Amino acid sequence: MRSEKGRLVARYIMINAVRGLLTIFAVSVLVFSLARLTGDPIDVLAPVDISREDEAALRERWGLNGSVTEQYVAFVSNASQGDFGPSFKYPSESAVSVIAERLPASISLGLVATFLTLVIGVPLGILSAVKRGTWLDRIAKGLALFGQSVPEFWLAIMLIWFVAVRWNVVPTSGISGWQSYILPSIVISVFGIAALLRLFRSAMLETLGSEYVKLARLKGLSEFKVVWKHALKPASIAPLTFFGGIAVRMLTGATVVEIVFAWPGVGYLAYEAANARDFPVVQALALFTATVIIVMNLLIDITYAYVDPRVRLGQKAIA
Amino acid sequence: MSFDQPVGTVNDVARSAPVLEVEDLRTYLYTRWGTTKAVDGVSFTVGSGETLGIVGESGSGKSMLALSLVRLTPEPAGKIVGGRVILNGRNLLDLTDKQMRAVRGKEISMILQDPQQSLNPVFSIGDQLAEAIRVHERDLDDRATHERSIDALKSVHVPAPERRLKNFPHQMSGGMKQRIVGAMAMAYHPQVLVADEPTTALDVTIQAQYLRLLKDLQRRTGVAIIVITHDFGVIAETCDRVAVMYAGRFVEEGPVEEIFDQPRHPYTRALLDSRPKVDVRSTRLQSIEGQPPSLIDLPTGCRFAPRCFYSIDRCVAEYPPWFEITHAHTAGCWRSEEVPWASR
Amino acid sequence: MSVRNQPARFQSDTDEALELGFDVQGHPVRRPWWKIWRKRNNRIPWVSIAVILFVLVLPALLADLITTHDPLRGELADRLAPPFWMEGGSMTYPLGTDKQGRDILTRLIYGARISLTVSSITILIGAVVGSTLGLLAGYFGGWVDRFVSWLIDTFLSLPHVLLALVIVAAIGPSFVTIVAIIAVTIWASFARQVRGETLSVRETEYVARARVAGTSSGKILLRHVLPNVANTLIVLATLQVGVVILEESSLSFIGAGIPRPNPSWGVMVADGRDQILISWWISFFPGLAILLVVLSLNLLGDWLRDFLDPKMRQRGQS
Repeated sequence: MRSEKGRLVARYIMINAVRGLLTIFAVSVLVFSLARLTGDPIDVLAPVDISREDEAALRERWGLNGSVTEQYVAFVSNASQGDFGPSFKYPSESAVSVIAERLPASISLGLVATFLTLVIGVPLGILSAVKRGTWLDRIAKGLALFGQSVPEFWLAIMLIWFVAVRWNVVPTSGISGWQSYILPSIVISVFGIAALLRLFRSAMLETLGSEYVKLARLKGLSEFKVVWKHALKPASIAPLTFFGGIAVRMLTGATVVEIVFAWPGVGYLAYEAANARDFPVVQALALFTATVIIVMNLLIDITYAYVDPRVRLGQKAIA
Repeated sequence: MSFDQPVGTVNDVARSAPVLEVEDLRTYLYTRWGTTKAVDGVSFTVGSGETLGIVGESGSGKSMLALSLVRLTPEPAGKIVGGRVILNGRNLLDLTDKQMRAVRGKEISMILQDPQQSLNPVFSIGDQLAEAIRVHERDLDDRATHERSIDALKSVHVPAPERRLKNFPHQMSGGMKQRIVGAMAMAYHPQVLVADEPTTALDVTIQAQYLRLLKDLQRRTGVAIIVITHDFGVIAETCDRVAVMYAGRFVEEGPVEEIFDQPRHPYTRALLDSRPKVDVRSTRLQSIEGQPPSLIDLPTGCRFAPRCFYSIDRCVAEYPPWFEITHAHTAGCWRSEEVPWASR
Repeated sequence: MSVRNQPARFQSDTDEALELGFDVQGHPVRRPWWKIWRKRNNRIPWVSIAVILFVLVLPALLADLITTHDPLRGELADRLAPPFWMEGGSMTYPLGTDKQGRDILTRLIYGARISLTVSSITILIGAVVGSTLGLLAGYFGGWVDRFVSWLIDTFLSLPHVLLALVIVAAIGPSFVTIVAIIAVTIWASFARQVRGETLSVRETEYVARARVAGTSSGKILLRHVLPNVANTLIVLATLQVGVVILEESSLSFIGAGIPRPNPSWGVMVADGRDQILISWWISFFPGLAILLVVLSLNLLGDWLRDFLDPKMRQRGQS
């Protein structure tokens, strides 16, 4: 049985890896052509009074020679080896190393935010279903609604105003010690908490009302086991989709929040790079983000297949 | 009267002292439209090795009655507000939740209607069965649990039990799943088994098989079975006694043959008449006109009176008492002695 | 009393008794009880409707009639005036002014116009494109479906914010740019939802019958499939208005949306960001407007979902 499933999974990964590659190809074309839309990058990079020789040297250095097609081919062949060229803005560094420098800040913030999301969102969702109709349920639903509706950037500014500045308790920009994580991670996790809470609540309501939960009670199982085993496991399958979204945000940075808190992560980098027309960095970032999303979706589909015995890979509609 | 199915032949089982006594059980549902008296004063007893059928239309309160016996009425709307359910010398309604859990599955079990939905889709059969086997015997080791699981599956005639344990519910047929549910229910040889529409969701060919299995289990263990159904065919096949339920109350109760041959309540008669008959060449099924009453605004008199062909003034004014027809056969109808419907 | 000749094969089930209590007329309601519980709370969300009307729709439509100040140009002499209830505030500028002396309330009202215009246009485009592709994919299956599904996947894996930043860096921020960016990002949710539903509608008997009868595909799609996905579309569109407003304001906030000095709510929040210590009202009110409107739209969407009861599972971020 296991090996049969293993074969199916392998096949599924193959098919979807090909699909994913196609997607990444499409993204690369898109980003590449968008980057060229801006006009000649040399106008941005070089001083106005640049000499012809210097310009040619610059073109050579940044791979801006030849037709657009040639540039694209060069771009793809270099990119496939992880080489996106030097950053325009920080010419002494490669685009990849610029990103790599910023990645830890985003990932650490993302981890804290993910932790908050899971630790608050999941139990609240479960409890609000179990204690349906009580004050706890009402508070949880209110929180979910708020989290889904509040603009992050505004929440961030309001928090800075209230918590950080008025009471001068935690730092409001950059990273200086663990306290710096408090506000940004709260802001990032608010939406995730809301979404997970809703998903778990509705899924739990459904399973708690199911016949198999009734049967579990009929067996004489404790209420704890009924809720946390029989109702929870089938209920946690649907919200799985959402974990992908969280992970993606964790790895690719929450741009808006990073901007407000001047957080030196990849999200902020994207903002800086786009404004500086730092194409190598922008291209590398876009492809990195797309790849993370595609890999995550694939991982989630495979997890589905193992968590839910009913799912057969490849037959599942895109979820 | 003749019926398609052979009338139950197990009525010669020695009638022992009742294992389960239900007295004046009342279960109400508190809804926003008012209080629904789903079970409104039901009393009966079942003896060990005996099968009692409870038959009624959809909405008669029979399923709520079944859930009340195991104290699993839907919270927070449903509440058992009165009566007694006596099993092994104590009133189940007085037990704490924890004590009640120790009773469920061990002394009283229940089989739910839809096997497609009553097994948890994400756990293997072995896991779910082991749970039922271990719940009241926590120190059972894995090997013993495994052996007991195999035995349980064998007792319900599941072929290749070893392999079945590793399966998931979606890999099995409905009949097989219902057998497994039966095995879970019978894991501790309970004294009472409540079967709520045990065969409704099954294929016709599988139904008879399953009913035979239940009877077989009963012969081996002496369990008292309460079958809740809308289908007189099921009653005929399995039951010794039958109680007819209407609008939250029993309206007639007695041995199966007597009820079939001489129904003393017009509702019973109407139910029997409404069964599809193979031998009668009629294109239209007989049916009872009208709807069961809302269980919120119940009439003061007989609850069936508004739909009854034979109702008289007294039926509307006064709730009928029980009339004893024979020592085991009672009916709650003012006209149960004259039986005006017998000649119809 | 009407005579109902329903065969007495009672379709009883274990939930029957649970249901019976909830039905006064005696008609069995085939709904599990947790849904009944939800139905119970299903009052029309008047407050949400009022908020949407008075904070979004009416200001957007009547902006020129109900304002007296210029949304784009202010009196520098009156800069950073606080709301009327604070010391130094007056009813001339009920919610205060920003650092260029522009009236916050006026800008809020004109901002509603931007939010409403952007969201209606993008949702119209997204819904039309998305549901067309979704219908075709779900109905025809095969390579059409594979292609559209791939397209949906691709667009959902695009780094939206980054793309918006790049496009804006390339061609500059403008109304058209922001509409295009958002439309590109939202059509996929419509397509995905409609595709899924079309798949199930396609399997129904009446569609099969229409096919057997030789009805053309176009007719089947328009007459049978589309009406069946209409409820889903209404619910989705309502919820997406909130999503679009949030997205537009976020992009405007980071400078990749509506260009200054236009009074987009997101731009207004950004304008007050460095003044938050002294003049909190500049950022506070536009953000509050977004919160109230999106919250109301979500409530309304949830209510519509319950009311129209489309076969739709909430998926967190719809």
